[in-house]
Order: sequence, then structure tokens, then C-alpha cells
Amino acid sequence: MAGRPEGGEEQHSPTQRTDAMKDISCKLLVIGAGPGGYVCAIRAGQLGVDTVIVDFQKPGGTCLNVGCIPSKALIHAADEFLKVREMAGGSDPLGISLASPAIDLPKTIAWKDRIVGRLNTGVAGLLKKAGVKSVTGHARFRDGKTVEVETETGIQVIRAEAIVIATGSAPVELPSLPFGGPVISSTGALSLSEVPATLAVIGGGYIGLELGIAYAKLGAKVTVVEAQDRILPLYDADLTRPVVKRLQALGVEVLTGAKAKGLSKSKDALLVETANGEEAKIAAEKVLVTVGRRPVVEGWGLKEIDLDRDGRFIRIDEQCRTSMRGVYAIGDVTGEPMLAHRAMAQGEMVAEIVAGQRRSWDKRCVPAVCFTDPEIVSAGLTPDEARQGGREVRVGQFPFSANGRAMTLQAEDGFVRIVARADNHLVLGIQAVGAGVSELSAAFSLAIEMGARLEDVAGTIHAHPTQSEGLQEAALKALGHALHI
Amino acid sequence: MAEHVIKLPDVGEGVAEAELVEWHVKVGDPVQEDTVLAAVMTDKATVEIPSPVEGEVKWLGAEVGEIVAVGSPIVRIEIAGDTSPSDEDPMDDGEGEAPIAEGMASEGEDLPPPPAEPSPRPDKKAERRETPPAPKPAASSARPVPSGAPRPRGEKPLASPAVRLRAKEAGVDLRQVPGSGPAGRINHDDLDAFIARGPQAAIPSGLQRKDGVEEVRIVGLRRRIAEKMALAKSRIPHITYVEEIDVTALEELRARLNADGKADRPRLTILPFLMRAIVRAVAEQPALNATFDDEAGVVHRHAPVHIGIAAQTPAGLMVPVVRHAEARDLFDCASEAARLADAARDGSATREDLTGSTITITSLGAMGGVVTTPVINHPEVAIVGVNKIMMRPVWDGAQFVPRKMMNLSSSFDHRVIDGWDAAVFVQRLKTLMETPALIFVET
Repeated sequence: MAGRPEGGEEQHSPTQRTDAMKDISCKLLVIGAGPGGYVCAIRAGQLGVDTVIVDFQKPGGTCLNVGCIPSKALIHAADEFLKVREMAGGSDPLGISLASPAIDLPKTIAWKDRIVGRLNTGVAGLLKKAGVKSVTGHARFRDGKTVEVETETGIQVIRAEAIVIATGSAPVELPSLPFGGPVISSTGALSLSEVPATLAVIGGGYIGLELGIAYAKLGAKVTVVEAQDRILPLYDADLTRPVVKRLQALGVEVLTGAKAKGLSKSKDALLVETANGEEAKIAAEKVLVTVGRRPVVEGWGLKEIDLDRDGRFIRIDEQCRTSMRGVYAIGDVTGEPMLAHRAMAQGEMVAEIVAGQRRSWDKRCVPAVCFTDPEIVSAGLTPDEARQGGREVRVGQFPFSANGRAMTLQAEDGFVRIVARADNHLVLGIQAVGAGVSELSAAFSLAIEMGARLEDVAGTIHAHPTQSEGLQEAALKALGHALHI
Repeated sequence: MAEHVIKLPDVGEGVAEAELVEWHVKVGDPVQEDTVLAAVMTDKATVEIPSPVEGEVKWLGAEVGEIVAVGSPIVRIEIAGDTSPSDEDPMDDGEGEAPIAEGMASEGEDLPPPPAEPSPRPDKKAERRETPPAPKPAASSARPVPSGAPRPRGEKPLASPAVRLRAKEAGVDLRQVPGSGPAGRINHDDLDAFIARGPQAAIPSGLQRKDGVEEVRIVGLRRRIAEKMALAKSRIPHITYVEEIDVTALEELRARLNADGKADRPRLTILPFLMRAIVRAVAEQPALNATFDDEAGVVHRHAPVHIGIAAQTPAGLMVPVVRHAEARDLFDCASEAARLADAARDGSATREDLTGSTITITSLGAMGGVVTTPVINHPEVAIVGVNKIMMRPVWDGAQFVPRKMMNLSSSFDHRVIDGWDAAVFVQRLKTLMETPALIFVET
């Protein structure tokens, strides 16, 4: 998550030293200060490992600078704005009325940037506290033990016993719609100076929908173009249905089975081939391309060390070791799911391995959260995944429409669903869709990681009145005796 | 509180102490009258101690393998239905019923009126429940272990992150660890038990290296056998002499007698014939029917021929004794040997049945092999080992003929028996058994 700037794959050839800088020798060098890299470095520092971390930008990587954190800030601002807009509509059931609100997007963006800035400073402070040396610049492998960093003041050579590659990922560019002008990536969408009147989002995955919904709430006319036959194709239809419903309510148009062909000549519209093969023109002041992310495997000297690959990614084993001794890789550069918390867990593990502890990847689940409206959480296996291989499963689903707290929050859409083995009731997966369910993810993954059975979840008191009661009720439902449905 | 104290009873003539070999109950177990509480062993007789009362076991006075003096308290039982305290010395072996009445009377005022109310000393009871006897470190190895493969092949082990981390640090592969928790979850106790036990409970399929050592305490009969064998082998320089015997004629006779057998006659094996042959042979060589007190430097040559018959029992080797074989005929020897073998196997052999032999026969029947090196039953000086009967071709001077052949492998105490004497003895047995009529001819 701490890769090169997107599209910035310019090659550096720092073969000549412009300045006589003293070489650094250390036990561990981490390339990339995203959530994987900085966690790895902090943990290594805690364990007394002599550690250096390199990144060309402020610590925090994609996640903190142009990903998770700023997008959530924008989504929150959009939610708040929508609320007051709806209240200003004059028919608020809560009885609140106010004058027509307005949003000053540059101020919103500045607020978001302050959050990012505070977190940048925070991470830098944590690294320092752990005794980690930070070097700013582009890193490039010379060989498996040596890295050159192009810093502002010259080439810094760093020799390390162990090196962790944490270069992250970058947005995928479409050949027909290169970034630039009205075509923006997720990074660009987080720094717009005004709300576009029309926005076309290419790619109905979670990044496109999170930002598309936010801009729709901020007042843009949003159209989502998805090549597959439904949005969020990685989640099952039951989970995405409330999101589809909400998109309709927000006036977001969704074109599924459609292909983006390019910009119109006037560059104010997107040309699309629809599902039935017709050409369509969608008005689009901005075109947001979110068709996926690719690992950053160029620009840092992968060729020089020639690591084995796993498709586009770097191949790793259960200890995040690459094909070269002493070289580890973590995070998005190692494959799906490209999630910050996976990278963090890998980083922590690698730091402990480098410090001489016995560790290997043994997680039962990596939860995934989709900050759409409503939110989607998935931990472990879905019912279909659990049934693969002929296993008998029990599924319990509890709707928020039967949950008192959800009613008081005007958030009755969605449900909690629990999937367990039929023979021993071991919980295999828990999913939810609904307002604010991202915060339930902790309970979901804890239950799975601890090896809970349905009876364990059903037998745990869940505080009333909360949406979390839905989890207990789902477990009771799977056991055949839900109380509130 | 009314308790019944059970002391180690006098379990045999002249026995002052016994080894506790097995507990059948543990603290907290409810017992009925006649529930077997423990087994103790004296010499070679194992005696079960039944409960004379109904109640709950409160205390066990010895550990398995411990030697307990006759008369020492070994179990305390809280008598059923009575929960009132008693001022009586708990060690006092009083009548079970008396303390109940006394206790009720003396504590009556403090007691809630209905006797159905739980214990007036609930704290003590609760304490007992909440703190089960702390398992000693060694106890973990005795923990019941789920048998077989821990889980179906390819299925991930189920354990909390904390257990997984501890396993990693201990170098334990959780796939090998059986889980006792719900859905086969591996908990901290399972991991402790696995580490204590060593990784022996590996998945049975495939070839796998195994490490670890299982400790088996040698107690009871096994300990006695071990001591006796060590004594015999360290004190007695053995000479073992093997001779083959043509038992064709003997087998014909035996088959005939069994075929004609009357209902009241025991079925004959080869042993009673050998016993009678030994009686004849030692009459001519009294030095063989003897015990050697090497500390006193005295050989006791015995007039009676008490023949020990080494017998395999579920508990291990036992040697019941056919007393006065010289005064028993063939069938009497057979029936006494059969009775003793049964008694040894079902544990009902008395101390008298198991002591006092002057010479011993050892036989493993069909498992007898070709040759054995029997260990003398100390302090005797001779043991006769029977090997299996095999049909073998024997050259009769003109041709090979099929004959039923059997080896006798016999050991002697070479300190007091010369090789020559041993050979004469075995040759005498050979002559008697090859011409069985000689066994029965009065001379």
C-alpha cells in the first residue's frame, strides 16, 4: 500500500553517486511504509531489531494517504450532508427542519487532509518511538541484500540481513481511459475542488461504489458502469440487494453488463456499450475509474532480484518468504485480499520471524468491510463457499427490520447471517449488511478465530438495544429457536 | 460429619503390609455398599477391598504402588444422606449409623429444621467443588487421550489464537493434537497434555517420526516379578540344558485317556505326566528338589515335591503350587493344576496357593518355541521348561518316520548342581516320558 505514485513507474538508474553518503547497515529493511510496512517496522523495533523503513511519501501508504482513511472521511461528510439535505426537504419524520444547506468541498477536503496529516505524524512518531530509522525516497534493489534509496540529498545505500517488500498496489488504468483530465482514479476523487454535476464511475466494486455513493449524496448525478451482471460481484446477491435498493433511492443509475469505450469528443461524456450491445452516451463531468488495483512490482528493482511470481503478485509462503533467502513480501504486492489489516497482520508476523520467533500464517479469516450505504461485512465463508465440497451447513439470518435499535436509527435494511457446519455447529462465516455494521466485524472475526460454535454465540449475552443482537438472533435462528422473529 | 474409615484389613496369614496396586474410586466418587474401593497385593495374592457403607469418598490414604501396613486407614467415606458435623475423631472407625444420630442431636439448634436443606457447612462443600484436586504434573500423562487421528485429513485444527501462538512457540504442529473441546477445538489443556505426553498421538497414516517416552510405573505384581527375576538372575548362575524328547507314545496314551475319560476326570495335558515324571526323577536325585539358602550356605532338600506351575495371567506371571505332587496320582495332579491355573487367572488364588514350591515347571504351550532359557524360581535350584510339540522326521535306523518331538529346556543352579547331575536328571525325564509306562511302574 506504499507503492510508487500511481502511473509513476519512471525508472531510476542511480548508478552514480551524486553525493558521498555513508552506507547504512541494519538487520531489517522495510520497503514501503504502508500499513503492512510500518506495522512490521514498529513491531521489529519493539523486539529490538535494528530496523530501517523507506518510503517516498509520508508514512501510512495508500490506506492512510489516499485510501481507507480519506475515503471514510469523505463518506462521513457526504452522509452528514445528505442528512441535513433530507431534513431541509421539509418532510423529515423526526420533525427536524432547517434552511437549505450547502457544502464547501474544499473545506471538506481540507478537514480530511488534517485527519490524514495527524495520522501521518502519528505513524512517524510511533516509528521513532520504536527506534526505527525512516529514510524518505525511492528504493531500488541492487541485490538481495542491498538497496539504493534515491533521497533528496543523494543516493543512500542500505545493506540489510532481511528485507521486507511492502510496496503495495496502485489503481489499474484502462487503456481507453488513461488517467488525466476528467478521468480520475480514487486518489483524484478524494481531492476534488468541487462536487461534479455528473460523475460516471467505471467499476461497480467496493471502491467505486463507496465513492460513487458519497458523491451522489454530495449532489452529483452518478452513473455506475459495471461490466459484470451485478454490482459488488465478490459478494452474494443477498448481501448486495440492500445496496442496490439504496442506490436506486439515491438516484444512482447502475448499468450492468456494460463496457466503457472512452470519452466523447467533447470530453464531457462517457461512451458506453450497454448490455444489449447499444452505444450510449453518459454525461460525465468526471469519470472515476475503479476497475481494480494491481500490485506494484515495477520501479523498485524486482528484475534485479528475480523473485518468483504468483500471477501478477510476488509468490510467498506461509511465513511471507519469497523465493530469495532473507527477502520477505507482505501486503497487496502478495495478492488478494488487498486489505490493510491483512498486510498489518503479515507485517507483525514477519517482524517476529526476523526477530527469531516461530511464526506462520494461521489466521482463520480476514474480514472484509464495504463502506457502501448500507455497509457490508463478510468474515469467513459465505453459505455457498461453505457448501463447496459437499459439506452440510446451517444458515441463520436475522433481519434488522426485527431489531429495535435499527428502527430507532432509521436503519431497518439489512440483516446478519451466520453460517455453521451442520454436524458440529462450528461457525464458518458471518456476514451482515446494514447501517454501521462495520463495527460488528470485530465480533464476527473473533467468533471465527476462537472457533466458536453456534451455541457459543447464542449463549453470549448481547447488549440491548443494539444492532449486535442481530448476531445472537442469527445464531439462535440457525439453531432453530430465534426469539424475535 | 459422619465418616467411615476403612483400614487395610488382614489380607493373609502373617501379612503385615500390602502394596496398594489399584484404586477403583477417587475422591468425590459416590460408593454403594460392596463397591470395590481398591486392590492390594500381598506376595502374589491380590485382594479387593469393598466398601462396607454407602456414601462419598472423601480421602484416599495411599498412592498406587505404596506399601501400606495392615490396620492403617486407607479410605474415608462420608456416609450417605448425612451431612451433619460430628465431633468424633474422623479416624475413629465407629459404626456408620451412630454418628448420624449423634450429629443431628448435638448440632440440632444450629440446623435449619428440614434435613433436606443442603449442608450446614456449605462453604466447605462449595470449596471442594470449585477446587478439584489439583492435578500433579505427572497426572497429565495419565489423562485420557482421544484415540485415533485428531481430525479428518486435510481439516484445519481448531484452536484460539492464543493456543496457536503457544503451539508455535513450543514447536508443536497443531494438526497432530487431538482436541477435546466442542467441535474438536484444541484448548490449552489439550496442548499441555500433548506437550507433556510427547507427540506420540500422531496421525496413524503415513510414516512419521515419533519422539517421546511413555513412563509406565512398575507396580504390584509386575514389580514383584521384576524383583524376583532380578534376584534369580543376579544370584543364581544358570546352566540351561536342552534335550529333545519323543513324546509320540506319551501323546498316544494321553489321547487315549482323554478319549476314554469319565465325566469326573479332568482333561489331561502333558503337564501331569511331566509332574509325575519329575516326582520319579527327584526321588533318585533329591538334590534337584531343593531350595538353596545361599546366605546360610545351606541346601534344603525337601521330602515333599511341591511343583510350581508358571502361569500367564492377565496381571502377569504367577506361579501357583501343586502341593505334594508325590502323593497325587496323574488325574489328581491334573485337576489341582487346572484349579490353580483358574484361581491364578481370576485372582482368587490364596497366598497358600502361590507359595512354597520346591521345583517349578514352565510352559507356554503352543507358544513354547523350540528352546527357552527358563529363569529359576528363586530359591529353588531347578526349573523344567516345556517347549512345543512338533511333528518331525526322525531317522529310525532305516528310514525317516514322523514322530512327535518336544524339547525340554531346563535350568539349574550351577552353584549346587553340576552339569553332569543336570544331564542325568533330564535324561531320566526323557526316559520316563518316552516310555510313559515307566512313570507308573511301582519300583
